[in-house]
Amino acid sequence: MISRREFLQASVAATALTGFGGGWSRAAAQQAISEDALIDMAGVGNVTLMHITDIHAQLKPVYFREPSVNIGVGEAAGKPPHVTGEDFLKMFNLEAGSPHAYALTSQDFAALANDYGRMGGIDRLASVLKRIRADRPYALLLDGGDTWQGSYTANQTRGQDMIRVMNALEPDAMTSHWEFTYGGDYIRDVIEDLPFPFLGANIYDKEWDEPAFEPMKMFEKNGVQIAVIGQAFPYMPIANPGWMFPDLSFGIREKRVQEIVDEAREQGADLIVLLSHNGFDVDRKLAGRVKGIDVILTGHTHDALPEPVQVGETLLIASGSNGKFVSRLDLDVQGGKVKAYGYRLIPVFSDVITPDADVAALIDEVRAPYADELSRVVGKTDGTLYRRGNFNGTWDDMICDALISQRDAEIALSPGFRWGPSLIGGENITVEDLHNATAMTYPAAYRSQMTGEFLKVILEDVCDNLFNPDPYYQQGGDMVRVGGMGYRIDVNAAAGERISEMTLLASGKPIDPSREYTVAGWASVNENTEGPPIWDVVEAHLKDVGTVSPDVNSAIKVVR
Amino acid sequence: MTIEITRRNALMFGAAGVASVSFGLSAFAKEMTTEEAVASFVGGIEPSEMRIEIDAPEIAENGNSVPIEVSVESAMEGDDMVEEILVLASGNPNPGVATFRFSALSGEARASTRIRLAKTQDVVALARMKDGSIHRATRAIKVTIGGCGG
Repeated sequence: MISRREFLQASVAATALTGFGGGWSRAAAQQAISEDALIDMAGVGNVTLMHITDIHAQLKPVYFREPSVNIGVGEAAGKPPHVTGEDFLKMFNLEAGSPHAYALTSQDFAALANDYGRMGGIDRLASVLKRIRADRPYALLLDGGDTWQGSYTANQTRGQDMIRVMNALEPDAMTSHWEFTYGGDYIRDVIEDLPFPFLGANIYDKEWDEPAFEPMKMFEKNGVQIAVIGQAFPYMPIANPGWMFPDLSFGIREKRVQEIVDEAREQGADLIVLLSHNGFDVDRKLAGRVKGIDVILTGHTHDALPEPVQVGETLLIASGSNGKFVSRLDLDVQGGKVKAYGYRLIPVFSDVITPDADVAALIDEVRAPYADELSRVVGKTDGTLYRRGNFNGTWDDMICDALISQRDAEIALSPGFRWGPSLIGGENITVEDLHNATAMTYPAAYRSQMTGEFLKVILEDVCDNLFNPDPYYQQGGDMVRVGGMGYRIDVNAAAGERISEMTLLASGKPIDPSREYTVAGWASVNENTEGPPIWDVVEAHLKDVGTVSPDVNSAIKVVR
Repeated sequence: MTIEITRRNALMFGAAGVASVSFGLSAFAKEMTTEEAVASFVGGIEPSEMRIEIDAPEIAENGNSVPIEVSVESAMEGDDMVEEILVLASGNPNPGVATFRFSALSGEARASTRIRLAKTQDVVALARMKDGSIHRATRAIKVTIGGCGG
């Protein structure tokens, strides 16, 4: 374990290596869009909120393909964010092939990625924030969490690289999810040094069933009292390893949220903001049940929406992931009521927005000790590698192939995480790319025997966590990715009856409920899981195959 | 105050206003299904779905120890008084969880405990008032394998 002090010393020693090298540019992106046009908007009212979320430790610009499959169930069916591709373009009146179409959908992703380039980069975010602050000095910057996990350097430094760089952006508050996978005690230690509050109204001490974290912070900005309530990911000990933070309990805790909202109003709040890591559908339901929230800054489900979704008098904002977007929400707050708003989802085109020099230097400084390893080439891809989407993506298909070949398994299971940026065809796969899709604190690639019956239980269990019609019962990420086995899923069937036609691809035979199969997987939430880290498994696989040729996965039949 | 602990599904409790509590169903009722236990408790009276609430996580963090709280809106005086609350875990092999008994000294009708849930199921709470009326609440609690978190 590297302590904060050691890390700081290591970084200071490395300052001689700094210097920003982002000199490339892409003509298409720069002709189609200007920095001014991307960022500037006519100000509205007396309050500005800036929202970033789910950056997943992506300090540098990335490609990130938005989902082509994102099915909504129950009341969310057909509603944003469960709209993809052409339907999305139509719903928000976007032109195919335009910069916004590239940023917000998967349409023509591979071709448009060549035109418009990578998105994000914390140094570009810094420039956007600086510009908004110049216009609106009272703007609040709120970070929805999943900020400190998701890269090689974040994993090596237990998030200290992100903490240093994010502090330079001067957030006013944050909430959390994957942060806790560095350990509950560790998080309590590091947040003591944060220059802003780490909020979680729904984080409780398990034994005493009492609030364990600061729930809310009141800000006075431009004469307006703004209460920011933090809501951490509710299913932390279920979706992630609870043994890493054994004394904490989470949950949606709707009543608690209502209590804090009421308390904030009593203390004179003019505006109530929920900085949430609930996920969009949970927040949509919550907005209809908890009274008095003006704005929910949503997170967790990585959705990017160009317009707020309104539920009653509550505005829901969805600011995307991986640093691709910054949300600017202007509000006119008078007498404790929102009278008007202006909103802009600012896409951070990395070739258009000038990096902030100081933050760029800081990013290089924190990465410098790892520069050689980060750029080490481990393979190549001749097509798009992506993860995001309800079912298998090409990144996870490749991980499943690696698990089957390297761990001598019949079937592979890979978790349906939403994090993990994309790569485009013709690119080398570096250690950095590999870790962007795998970096975590419980990476062991297990190998075990499971009966066909148990495999069905797993698939049914996980898909109910995604497709339960009541969002409060949706626990986590996208569907578990499967290699070596095909199946059919009827999304709208009852729990326990969605999965059928499970087939072992190697033999073409139906899965036998009573037979045992050799299954390899990774990221088990169980303590003491044994096996090599998943990145070693994938690297060995890439060494064998050289170049990956991603293909369409036709083994999963989705009925909707 | 007597506390008779024959606990099977209930692991610990902390209750405001509870005069006494017994865990599980009484010996003769042990073989009862949820339906039979409900029928025996309501005795032919149609339960109302008002005034009673079960507060519990939507998804259990640990199926072996799920915190629940049952409360009934009641003045706890005169006829507006909760006499007892029966809690059943309908999906457990043995559904009886606990019976909480209240008195005028209880102040409020609120009881919390931790229960073991074998699988995803409805937890049912029934309250008998002094005026003979019955109130019923149902809460679905999901027990999941977990993993795959976002």
